[in-house]
Amino acid sequence: MIYLLIYYEFFKIGLFAIGGGLATIPFIQDLAQRYNWISIEELIDMIAISESTPGPIGINIATYTGYKISGVFGSLAATLGIITPSIIIILLIAHFYMKFSEEPIVRAGLTGIRPAVIGLIAVAAFEVIKIALFNIEKFYETKVLLDIFNFKAIVLFSLLLFFIQKYKKHPILYIAASAVIGILLKY
Amino acid sequence: MKELMELFMVFARIGAFTFGGGYAMLPLIEKEIVEKRKWASRDEILDYFAIGQCTPGIIAVNTATFIGYKRKGIIGSLFSTFGIVTPSFIIILIIASFIKHFQDYAIVQHAFGGIRIAVAALIVHTIIKLWKQSIKDWSAIVLFIISFLAITFFNLSPVIMIILGGIAGAYKNTRKKADEK
Repeated sequence: MIYLLIYYEFFKIGLFAIGGGLATIPFIQDLAQRYNWISIEELIDMIAISESTPGPIGINIATYTGYKISGVFGSLAATLGIITPSIIIILLIAHFYMKFSEEPIVRAGLTGIRPAVIGLIAVAAFEVIKIALFNIEKFYETKVLLDIFNFKAIVLFSLLLFFIQKYKKHPILYIAASAVIGILLKY
Repeated sequence: MKELMELFMVFARIGAFTFGGGYAMLPLIEKEIVEKRKWASRDEILDYFAIGQCTPGIIAVNTATFIGYKRKGIIGSLFSTFGIVTPSFIIILIIASFIKHFQDYAIVQHAFGGIRIAVAALIVHTIIKLWKQSIKDWSAIVLFIISFLAITFFNLSPVIMIILGGIAGAYKNTRKKADEK
């Protein structure tokens, strides 16, 4: 049965891809090669789509691949497959976390883990900022230092940061407004 | 049942507006879970992210499962997890079946160009908040800097960084206790 096979393959991806959505890509590539389910071009397309639609990238990729393999039920099998291991593992961990997070040694460890995690989040922010506010590639081409800055983006970024700090509205509002501004001013 | 539906709806909203992977959903989690509903503290969210980073699977899903479980046990975790997955699932199905070359349309690219900048600004804002909450002494600042530099420039695995942070935190605390004695 194709659906069971899809479920099984995506279950394995969910079990072994550590560290978020993009970590699933090499596994999907491997799938593409073993089963001829999708071509490499489709895979590249799929990654682009997954990154430009809302939702966790791993889920987007699973849904899309599942659909390409065998329609709506294929995508359902793939998505359920990829989330099943997480759910089981996290339920086990959550159980112990609730029990032990107040233990002195665990609390002490967590005080060291939190700054490290904020560091990880800063890395993610740095990556987004690099792509959104700077034209690294253009700079390599022209070698003009000013070309490295995407001024249009930096202006919008600064305005947004100011409004977010000052008015503290819902993030969805800022995301929607920026999408509209992006379309109107051709970002 | 009402609370289960709320879990589903809150995470569906987060899923529908997370552009660009796990960390991009942090500002939404901060607003919906920490500020509005007080379902978890900022520190707890950091812990969930640490756990999500070190365990298999998608971080967004891991975090949703965690909070759902904390609120309403296993059933709660299923509602929150299906909540965060559902919008993606529907949107991708629509695109996959009806829209060819979705990502090549100029309007999509411009919208996404704008959204990316908003995501960057929102994450920076969230980092400022997290910093105020959790970075209180020099050792925390040092850990933050090491984590950022080691991962950006030396490609250190985030898993190893989290483990190192845990050891450093435990070590510092036991030494403090020994000094007090």
